[in-house]
Amino acid sequence: MTTITDNSIPTTQTRGTKDEMIAFVIMTVLLAAVPFSGLYPFFVMQALCFALFACAFNLLIGYGGLLSFGHAMFMGTAGYVTAHMAKVGTIGFKVPLIGEFMINMGPLSPELSIVFGLVAAFVLAVVTGLIAIRRQGIYFAMITLALSQLIFFLYLQTPFTHGEDGIQGIPQGMLFGLFDLSKPTTLYYVILVGFLIGFLIIFRTINSPFGEVLKAIRENEPRAISLGYKTDQYKLMAFILSGTLAGFAGALKVFVAQNASLTDVHWTMSGEVVLITLVGGLATLYGPVVGAFVIIAMQQYLAGFGQWVTVIQGVIFVVCVLTFRRGIIGEIGHLFKRSL
Amino acid sequence: MSINLQALSAQLLVGLINGSFYALLSLGLAVIFGMLNIINFAHGALYMMGAFVAYFLLNLAGIGYWPALFLAPIIVGIFGMILERTMLQWIANLDHLYGLLLTFGLALIIQGVFQNYFGSSGLPYAIPDALKGGVNLGFMFLPIYRGWVVIFSLVICIATWFLIERTRLGAYLRAATENPTLVRAFGINVPLMITLTYGLGVGLAALAGVLSAPINQVRPLMGADLIIVVFAVVVIGGMGSIMGSIITGFTLGIIEGLTKYFYPEASNTVVFVLMVLVLLVKPSGLTGRTT
Repeated sequence: MTTITDNSIPTTQTRGTKDEMIAFVIMTVLLAAVPFSGLYPFFVMQALCFALFACAFNLLIGYGGLLSFGHAMFMGTAGYVTAHMAKVGTIGFKVPLIGEFMINMGPLSPELSIVFGLVAAFVLAVVTGLIAIRRQGIYFAMITLALSQLIFFLYLQTPFTHGEDGIQGIPQGMLFGLFDLSKPTTLYYVILVGFLIGFLIIFRTINSPFGEVLKAIRENEPRAISLGYKTDQYKLMAFILSGTLAGFAGALKVFVAQNASLTDVHWTMSGEVVLITLVGGLATLYGPVVGAFVIIAMQQYLAGFGQWVTVIQGVIFVVCVLTFRRGIIGEIGHLFKRSL
Repeated sequence: MSINLQALSAQLLVGLINGSFYALLSLGLAVIFGMLNIINFAHGALYMMGAFVAYFLLNLAGIGYWPALFLAPIIVGIFGMILERTMLQWIANLDHLYGLLLTFGLALIIQGVFQNYFGSSGLPYAIPDALKGGVNLGFMFLPIYRGWVVIFSLVICIATWFLIERTRLGAYLRAATENPTLVRAFGINVPLMITLTYGLGVGLAALAGVLSAPINQVRPLMGADLIIVVFAVVVIGGMGSIMGSIITGFTLGIIEGLTKYFYPEASNTVVFVLMVLVLLVKPSGLTGRTT
């Protein structure tokens, strides 16, 4: 049976990494030049957040062979927590028999809010990962989807998320007390640096011994087990890393959109990240980045068409699965026999 | 805690009705998964189509509930078979996950088109005259239509079980699930059987849609959230056995109904929480084989 990706192009380790390094430099230069290009920076920032989200998702499916259909829960959770910390900054919890506690730290600085968001996504990834990796393949997808729906209903009911309204009007503040995030150009570079950090972590992971074991598990899990690898631990590690990085994307997005709402935890968001990765190219390093720009641009241009956007996304899904399984970057890589 | 029998039995009935839909839908998913090895994400959208076809039949052609109960599943079933012939069959040899992605795309298309023309609000569909009114059972008032939904679903579930487990056609089906190549060597048209199986699974979903139309109204997104609950039901029950799907479906519906009475805040999430518990205790699902 074909595995989920036929994008693995056999290249020597050094050549593959060299191509990827060159592409990384090109990407960084292009992205760093955006503020001088007249492109709408809000659009690029949004695309970068989704690109990081999709890269994190791709780490799991492209390199671990695990299709998570609930990745929005990490993005949404980190988004909510970051937004809440930046705007209100209280933590309330109830200890049975003892009483309710409330820690009030006041509105926190952006960096601390992001740390809280990351911790929240990390904890959620540990808990959901331990549950989800108990089944493989198709069941894994259904379980992650069901878990994210559970999280969605929790956020619908807990007071701090403000239900249907979401958390709005989040102050952007001063990052490290130095960078004023309310200035568009400063915000843009902060988001870009955040994206590049996340991207490099994924880049490094994929090319590490850990990443090689992950690929082995994707190709043939029983064989990886027989070689003595504790595959469950590897899968859990990948899940936690992927979930936390998806949370990082969600935390960054808070400062771009200045709100956190139920949209970010809904299953449609989980579907969107699958679409982005599929269009760009599963199991390619740069596919999710290209996919994010394509899909976010499409949504911008077609915003006036209402529900037809959903229909078009569905059509793209169908076309990609039937005829374009390698995705944009996968096809390019295949054409030039390079791994990108 | 004093128990209000009236309210409790009302919630139990709602639970039984939801359980009927869970059973019909997870049954269809299990049958399709057995033959096609795909999880049909479009199941919720096709359930919604069943309700809409009944609505169109009534409002455009004047065809009422009773004929619609048979016509809608057939029409949607044929639509499903067209999908299988034109798209699903081409990805049969690929990883299961592509089937999930393809049917997810189909669900987006179907739901998007209906939402575009009908918005998100519900369209009314009247209860047929013969099933109007209710009976007073002493401890509760039973609306006849709701009782009918539960009993009719149960009959259909058992009929499907009988078809698959006790007839010759079912034996072919089960054989083809185990080893399609060998069954083909005996001269049985397996691709045709796959198409018919998909049609059957989809027809069951559409039937559930028609049954729910008078209760839940006809809405473009009526299947979108339901299918996620049904996925959890399938994870709990496992897809290895037909009877397992039926029993799990009804049981979870009842548990959900009880939760609505005793702890309403958790009624949306109870099925997912149960799924987590089952995964922790018995990861292969209650009736499933390990995969």
